[in-house]
Amino acid sequence: MLHILRDKRTMLVVLVIPLILIVLFGFTVTTDVNNIKVMACAPHRSHSVSEAVNHIQASPYFDFRGFVDACDIDRMLRTGQVSAVVVFASDYSSSGSYQMLFDGADVNTASTSQAYLQSVLAGSAAASPFDVHMLYNPQMKSSYNFVPGIMGMIFMLICAMMTSISIVREKETGTMEVLLVSPVKPLYIIISKMVPYLLLSLINLAIILLLAYYMLDVPMAGGVGGIVLVSFIYLVLALALGMMVSNMVQSQIAALLISAMVMMMPVIIFSGMMFPIENLPWALRWISYVIPPRWYIDAMRKLMIEGVALCDVVLEVGILLAETVALMAAATKKFNDRLEQKGVNFKIL
Amino acid sequence: MDYIIEVKGLTKRFGSFAAVDGISFAVRRGEIFGFLGANGAGKTTAMRMLCGLSFPTEGSGMVAGFDVMTQGEQIKRHIGYMSQRFSLYEDLTVYENMELFGGIYGMKQADIASRSRELLDRINFADHKDDLVQSLPLGWRQKLAFMVATMHSPEIVFLDEPTGGVDPITRRQFWDLIRGAARQGTAIFVTTHYMDEAAYCDRITIMVDGRIKALDAPSALMQQLEAKNMNEVFVKLCR
Amino acid sequence: MSSLSFLVKKEFIQFRRNKFISRLVFAFPVLVMLIVPLVTNMEVRGVSVALIDHDQSSLSRRMLSHLEASKSLRVRMQSSDYQQAYRQLEDGKVDIIVSIPERCEQTLLLGQLPCISVDANAVNSTKSGMGSQYAIAALGKALSEVAAESGVSLSSGDISVRHFYNEALDYRFYMIPAFIIILVLLICCFIPALNLVVEKERGTIEQINVTPVSRFEFTLSKLIPYWLVGIVVLTEAILTAGLVYGLWPAGNAGTIYLAALLFALTMSGFAIAVANISDTMQQCIFVLFFFVMIFMLMSGMLTPLESMPQWAQWITVAFPPRWFVGIMRAVYLKGTTLAELAPNFLALLLLAIAFCSIAMLTYRKQR
Repeated sequence: MLHILRDKRTMLVVLVIPLILIVLFGFTVTTDVNNIKVMACAPHRSHSVSEAVNHIQASPYFDFRGFVDACDIDRMLRTGQVSAVVVFASDYSSSGSYQMLFDGADVNTASTSQAYLQSVLAGSAAASPFDVHMLYNPQMKSSYNFVPGIMGMIFMLICAMMTSISIVREKETGTMEVLLVSPVKPLYIIISKMVPYLLLSLINLAIILLLAYYMLDVPMAGGVGGIVLVSFIYLVLALALGMMVSNMVQSQIAALLISAMVMMMPVIIFSGMMFPIENLPWALRWISYVIPPRWYIDAMRKLMIEGVALCDVVLEVGILLAETVALMAAATKKFNDRLEQKGVNFKIL
Repeated sequence: MDYIIEVKGLTKRFGSFAAVDGISFAVRRGEIFGFLGANGAGKTTAMRMLCGLSFPTEGSGMVAGFDVMTQGEQIKRHIGYMSQRFSLYEDLTVYENMELFGGIYGMKQADIASRSRELLDRINFADHKDDLVQSLPLGWRQKLAFMVATMHSPEIVFLDEPTGGVDPITRRQFWDLIRGAARQGTAIFVTTHYMDEAAYCDRITIMVDGRIKALDAPSALMQQLEAKNMNEVFVKLCR
Repeated sequence: MSSLSFLVKKEFIQFRRNKFISRLVFAFPVLVMLIVPLVTNMEVRGVSVALIDHDQSSLSRRMLSHLEASKSLRVRMQSSDYQQAYRQLEDGKVDIIVSIPERCEQTLLLGQLPCISVDANAVNSTKSGMGSQYAIAALGKALSEVAAESGVSLSSGDISVRHFYNEALDYRFYMIPAFIIILVLLICCFIPALNLVVEKERGTIEQINVTPVSRFEFTLSKLIPYWLVGIVVLTEAILTAGLVYGLWPAGNAGTIYLAALLFALTMSGFAIAVANISDTMQQCIFVLFFFVMIFMLMSGMLTPLESMPQWAQWITVAFPPRWFVGIMRAVYLKGTTLAELAPNFLALLLLAIAFCSIAMLTYRKQR
């Protein structure tokens, strides 16, 4: 209970790391595409070609690297020195015909560059009926979209994984038996394991919210109270999950691996943090409906970024609450059952 | 006199707390040397310094002809060790443990095979050589751990509270093994808080709060302090 | 050095006897390779379009029907109010606004090019990129049809596109090398580290510290089994990807294995170094997790390297995954050769030496 607080190193690690993650990701990670390396191939460098190239150079999306000969294109693409090559037809000034060649290995970059290039070039050539504009983020910066995702992940990590490992460790070293034999009620033992992590998470929450608001300009338009309330429910849920896992495994490593596989990877994949959920195949989409982080991250996005009021996230909150209650009940029951079978030999894996 | 361990003013401090405070003694070849004391008296800390597991803060020590401060790695080649916390890998078989530790000390496969057979025969355990250590009761594990510690026929064996948690008969059998090894010329350095085991040692020291309060043969101590047994000796010294 | 062979043998025996971990190590890669490419299908579906029609002609009606016919587009609203559509775009309800100007059809029939504007919400760049392509294709079709029917010749530039190495821009082909890397990373990082920390916590490490085994030998004995495991995992992943998705490495498989070996070396060295300075499993996990997250999100695995600010790109030079990602994608999809990737290999080699040395130096037998 207190020994966790005395473990200064762990505390430091648990508090500092989320901080660094948020700052780092807030500023660097983005699904946007910038600085794409482009070259041009033009057998006849007419005035129109130069104009087109100027447009490309002027665009912030592209990093123009010069002209390339047709025979070198394959090598440049293959060695990754360039991501896109624009091949201007010899009669470009009159026909406006050109060819775009992309490094298809990076699908995101290729498809986006295609759109951006076309819009940039359409602006220069007269011969296109389309005027394409890419509107810069009328909604929000892509980088701070990650903040809810990271929150979902970190709290799951601290509350579920750490708690389960901590409880299992007591099982492994046998001190759990000592505690169980003492007059302390078993439930209190478990709760005392959870409380430190709950507190740590709340401190983390405060730090994250402060950072997000002041450094990353995340508007907390939905009201801090709502954010804290929903987060609290999520924390308790994660703790209950941790307890469940600790009931099922015998060794710390197993607790870790199950937490990682069952909780972390799905969080990263299914919660909409990296990939939009609507693209999931139907069969897997229902998994995302079950996983708590998905609802938490949705709720956080709405409250933190879109600025919705608390009453609008009732669905998410409701689901989280229901899952929390179910988990706590199941975990407690399982724990009590275990007590009755205490003849079980706690094998070290 | 052939001393295999010589220690002068050995001290280990953690911050301002001296766990071991200026101890001096010498151990002869083939001697069974007991290091007694209450829990927390500093026995294990002292032993760890002699094994090259921890650096002394002050003082000097020589083990098997090598300096404790600067030649820790050479010392390790000439000693065996068995700790109360752990000694054998539980998910390996008896033979696999012996093979591992024999190999680490540079024994060849053929030597490992014959030596392990010899040791296992001594405790009548040869048909269990392929059993997982996990499946063995504590008493057998301890005897085997001692065997493994002497696999490579070291000059000294360090035993840290080796008989914790077993019944008196097993403890007796264990000490038979120790005496057998001593007869063959191996010095035994053993720490324990069981005072009755002191009677089995050639000489003992009693540590209290990091210092040596007594150093002599058990019989001499009992006579000196007019005690009927070692328990009384200890109580008289610590009051 | 003979102690090394005994130590390595012990590691393998323990690994084999630990049913849970050995099963996990062999089943997990296959599972991941099966599920993940399914999951990360980024095909663009359901791009919402708002049509602002100031022309109200048969041409614009033709355009509408082509837009609706497109499988990837959904015409969400039609209006003459651009502001309204823009607000919908801000709210995320609409992804693209197509504005047809007045007298569009007339302009076309006069043999001139009209000016149709397509505004796309660039927040989700893939969606907007692909979406605007589809929209332009649909609109262009309508234009040329009407032009042809009226006997007007449309001279507009011929724009052709070709995607090398991945003609269909199949997202799975992009993700598969990334996930192979993640697999090797996870397994070569976490398991050796945890193995070591468990020994520390249980005290079995003391028994080793008291023997003549050197730091070098001990660290190596902890690393070697996991290099081999890493290679096995890699093989499983490659086979699964090939058999299930038909994606086989375009380049030299030997290059991939060499790179993977270097990478496994580096990551496990790193993991052991972290384990050496951790006292408990929780510290170890948290620190490893921190670095793994950073590696995963900043090495160009899932998001492009070039999009990051310069200072961030400089930091990634020290990240082994960044170099490995470069090698994997290039060799797997593009068939790049070892010689062409020499800088990446060199960097990986240097990092391998650095991290393994740190692993060895941070291990203390005597305190």
